[in-house]
Amino acid sequence: MKSLYNFAFFDEGSKREIRRSILKAIAIPGYQVPFASREMPIARGWGTGGLQLTLSLIGKDDVLKVIDQGADESVNAVSIKKLVGNTTGVAITEKTEEATLIQSRHRIPERPLQEEQILVLQVPIPEPLRFVEPREEVTRVLHAEAEYSGAYLILFEQIMRYGRVSTGADHPVTVHDRYVMAPSPIPRFDNPKMDHSDALILLGAGREKKIYAVPPYTRVVSLDFDDHPFQIEDVSGHSCRLCGATGVYFDELADETSGETVYQCNDTSYCLDRMNRTGRTEGAS
Amino acid sequence: MGYVAVKGGTGAIEASIERLRYERLKSATVLDTHRIQAGLRGLVDQVMSESSLYSETIAAICIKQAEGNPEEAVFVMRAFRSTLPRKHYTQTVSSDSMRIERRISSTFKDIPGGQILGASYDYVHRLVDFALTDETDADAAAWLQQWHEAASAGPATTVAVGEQEPAGGIGVLPKVVDYLRENNLMQRNKPDDREPMDVTKDALSFPTTRSQRLQVLSRGQTGTVTALGYASLRGFGPLLHPTVAELRVGYLPAYIPDPFGNPESTDDDESYYIGEFKVTEVESVVPVSVPRGEGRSQIEFELGYGICFGQNETKAIAMSLLDQCLERPDPRYPTHDEEFVLLHIDSVEATGFISHLKLPHYVTFQSELDSVRRSRRTEQASLADREVGLPSDRENRP
Repeated sequence: MKSLYNFAFFDEGSKREIRRSILKAIAIPGYQVPFASREMPIARGWGTGGLQLTLSLIGKDDVLKVIDQGADESVNAVSIKKLVGNTTGVAITEKTEEATLIQSRHRIPERPLQEEQILVLQVPIPEPLRFVEPREEVTRVLHAEAEYSGAYLILFEQIMRYGRVSTGADHPVTVHDRYVMAPSPIPRFDNPKMDHSDALILLGAGREKKIYAVPPYTRVVSLDFDDHPFQIEDVSGHSCRLCGATGVYFDELADETSGETVYQCNDTSYCLDRMNRTGRTEGAS
Repeated sequence: MGYVAVKGGTGAIEASIERLRYERLKSATVLDTHRIQAGLRGLVDQVMSESSLYSETIAAICIKQAEGNPEEAVFVMRAFRSTLPRKHYTQTVSSDSMRIERRISSTFKDIPGGQILGASYDYVHRLVDFALTDETDADAAAWLQQWHEAASAGPATTVAVGEQEPAGGIGVLPKVVDYLRENNLMQRNKPDDREPMDVTKDALSFPTTRSQRLQVLSRGQTGTVTALGYASLRGFGPLLHPTVAELRVGYLPAYIPDPFGNPESTDDDESYYIGEFKVTEVESVVPVSVPRGEGRSQIEFELGYGICFGQNETKAIAMSLLDQCLERPDPRYPTHDEEFVLLHIDSVEATGFISHLKLPHYVTFQSELDSVRRSRRTEQASLADREVGLPSDRENRP
């Protein structure tokens, strides 16, 4: 009884069931489709929603890329790649342009995605109204009635308290002029990338048992007010200390010797690619 | 300049996995899974119950792999369960047909069929038995031989106290709550023969059905079920003391219908016996105050039902309390709120989300930092405004 596991872990019946939920999610952009989320060999809250999407979609010809908060080699990315690799044997890449399927935790790659690619985002809390209303029974009704004043109220109260909208990551968006959706905790910097994306974006919340989607070329607008327009994180004035890139999302690091604050591309594969092109090697192992 | 690697997680992770293996094997002693199955009955039962998968063999492997950590063992076992195609549902099992090993009642001293103590920790003192350090397989064999000789010589010490053999034959005992029903102390409910929902095949939707609630409670984390049941008993609920009408530990048979026959048939020829499984079943009676009009109320008994795989008595009792709580939603008490109870009681979900806090949050935290810094800048700007005497709306507030 050494290995009793199937191709891509699940039995085919489970995969089909998840794919049906995906189709429904694509048909109703931004709507959270409940699905019978399975227990995975990876912990709940560690990307099991995304993982179930990936496993139900992956075929032998797919090329997979997994990113965890921008890094291809972070704990979670390594673990997910290993599981999918071991149960499917598909090719795994770090290059965004080579991948057919990209599973990511909380980042959309810097390099623009293509039409034939699918981006799978891992979602901890899929309900944008959860902090206004803890009850699922109620939030489902609010969505059905498109009653989104609560979502705006959160932003309004922030303006009252702090003088400005103070959302971090996971700034809510309106999809296709209908559903307000949690874009998963991607930085605000990545929100605009969802709008009219060439690639299909799927979002999976394993513990909360929800799948939702942004189909290609769909309008995605970040919630804001006329006098307080949506703002991305301020990345101006910094450049990557490794590849020199500007206008990308950065990791902020403290230089151990000088104590100075330095910046580095958060998207590691983007950074490596640039270094390879320009011949800079510093920092790469 | 300090060195911050762009790459380089994979090697460290591999080394950590090796280190974990080392921790399990460092004393160069390997636990035999048969010994786990034989000697860790309590843990095996708990893991099977929380995993909703009845297999002592697989539970023993998972316990070994998890070095005895129940949350980890349940995790592994649940993940294995996800890969199993589910081809059949068993026929409805009536718990009247239980092959009973233990059966007690706290409502009546003399119950038809008698109290059967069976095996329980309830009657021992919790003193460390230091002799166990030197216990050997030979000691166990010798003790067993004595036990069997004693059992065949005289009347068994573990069988019914008091009563004679009931009419239905050994093992088939009348239910205590039936007595309460016959005496009109408790409502007689019609059997609910609707097709049960399967919470592992369809996500919960609220409000839930009772079949969904019972399933989620039954596979709930033992400690959480116990804690919430305790809270309802202690005062986070209407303060009326429930009583265990009957607690049973025993085996229930499982039949699956002949795939080519009539699925509804209960005929033995049209169904297959696939084995039996051990459960703990609890029926509690909970007094509730029911308004009768004109400001008067009347006390009635309601039934709370608990059942789980294996012998997990505390969990089954706590489940029976929570079942009754959730039958009577009450916004004043979290234990009477189905979303509060059902969404937080699962071991894999709770431990998973808590442990995800160990994952890197570099991107999200950076985004939060940006927000914090900007709102501070806004605040400082308005402070500066105030210093040069510009009116600020904050100052105008009373």
